[in-house]
Amino acid sequence: MNAIVRYFAGIFKGLKTLATGMKVTGYYFSHARKEIITQQYPENRDTLQMFERFRGIVTMPHDENNEHRCTGCSACEVACPNGSIEILWQRLEDPETGKKKKTIDKFVYHYSMCTLCNLCILACPTDAIKMDQTFEYAVYDRKELTFILNKPGSKVRADVKE
Amino acid sequence: MELVKQQRDTASDLKTQEYFVNMGPQHPSTHGVLRLVLGLDGEIITKVEPHIGYIHRSIEKMCEHDNYRQIVHLTDRMDYLSAHINNEAVCLAVENALEIEVPERARVIRTIFAELTRLASHQLWWGVMGMDLGALTAFLYGFRDREMINDIFEETCGARLTMNYNVPGGVMFDLHPNFHKRVKEFIAHFKTKLPEYDDLLSNNVIFRQRTEGVGILSKEDAISYGVTGPTARASGVSCDVRKLHPYSAYDRVDFKEILMEEGDSFARYKARVLEMWESLSIVEQLIDNIPEGDFQAPTKAVIKLPKGEYYQRVETARGELGVYIVSDGGKSPYRLKFRSPGFSNLFVLEKLAVGSKIADLVAIMSTIDIVVPDIDR
Ligand code: SF4
Ligand code: SF4
Repeated sequence: MNAIVRYFAGIFKGLKTLATGMKVTGYYFSHARKEIITQQYPENRDTLQMFERFRGIVTMPHDENNEHRCTGCSACEVACPNGSIEILWQRLEDPETGKKKKTIDKFVYHYSMCTLCNLCILACPTDAIKMDQTFEYAVYDRKELTFILNKPGSKVRADVKE
Repeated sequence: MELVKQQRDTASDLKTQEYFVNMGPQHPSTHGVLRLVLGLDGEIITKVEPHIGYIHRSIEKMCEHDNYRQIVHLTDRMDYLSAHINNEAVCLAVENALEIEVPERARVIRTIFAELTRLASHQLWWGVMGMDLGALTAFLYGFRDREMINDIFEETCGARLTMNYNVPGGVMFDLHPNFHKRVKEFIAHFKTKLPEYDDLLSNNVIFRQRTEGVGILSKEDAISYGVTGPTARASGVSCDVRKLHPYSAYDRVDFKEILMEEGDSFARYKARVLEMWESLSIVEQLIDNIPEGDFQAPTKAVIKLPKGEYYQRVETARGELGVYIVSDGGKSPYRLKFRSPGFSNLFVLEKLAVGSKIADLVAIMSTIDIVVPDIDR
């Protein structure tokens, strides 16, 4: 007798908890307009706004005269934990004094190795590099993820002191 | 009748044999690449042997070549769900060794972030626990609430998971102006949503039958295997580092250490859900009392620890994480060892799962909440 009572009590309890759970689901079903939080990602690309601090990729901003702020001091190269940054030098003759001076040739950045840790940005004394908010960088070959950050023919801005 | 009797006789005459089954390395409920070799007698587990090392990345060895600022970002990749707390452990170890006074503001920011990390980790665990037992709905609810925390992180730190927000001496940036508002919103939101967790899962009959009385961990076993975190507290072992050895701002907040007696899967589940309430209350106590001031103490450009050995422990979402640094006075450690909570929590499985059914193993594994990269490092 007891077993039968327990059996039916179990079924009723099961139905009751099922109803409790379904109530939660039902609420979201009927309030879908208010509660929905899903973003339709590739479709909303045009309106998608990333946070300003979002770390997507390291970039070097250039101004309208094609000048950047990087002196080639290599502080970022030293700070980087995994060798994602290589600074290549060149010696250029200073037109005024005629002396040879070390300047930056290429800022090579291996995005494929970068962990986006932000340490290079913190290390840079002249704020020459910053994090960009773009993030869609899927490619077929990792070689395509090596970038030269200073644009061809660009110069160091005159007001930047080493 | 005759036939049944005959069959029964043959069955008892049959020689049965223990056999072995591989669970994983690619199995949805092992939460990563973990292989369990199960000894089975029919459906009953007689032996569990975890085989680890599939995603070993030699983080400890890499630390020997990096300087103390660079080490921090590697710890993100251990227990990725407690990334902030791992960072904090390394930074605290370095700060204690150098006797740097961390500004009050940084301490409070760290504590708030650590508790939000714990909440996010438990939310993810709750969702995955439901999914492991066949309730996909829970997964979506857990992730919905975690998304708000991830947005808070992203706005202030710039990353959602591998945040690298701690630096020796404090935190990397100051709080984002929106931080206060967003956290308030989250607290109000989550306070109404957490009871839903009980409606959906905790009070469900099927869920309770699958967890209650399953995988009982005794207090003695928990201590002798070195189990920590909610897993041990569900067996009545008081081991909360935040309470026993307060660091950052935990000495000024009021919270309970959740202790359970039963030690079964449901107690472990319950301990974590109750811990979410405690974390929520810690964040609530601190969010209006963030002191003004610096967010970072000045440190030397090259950090060198004096010769010696340093140990720091913190409470991650999974238990006690210890950082043991041996320094020879150079700019990178001579040896660095992480005592990760997942490792000890995983190996208690050989005690926990024996005697239960193979389907219950999934419930047991879920409630000890392992993160495989934390075990392998
Ligand atoms: S973000 Fe980190 S890993 Fe990437 S280039 Fe900068 S320092 Fe190196
Ligand atoms: S980006 Fe900054 S740190 Fe790196 S070489 Fe240029 S100036 Fe130096």
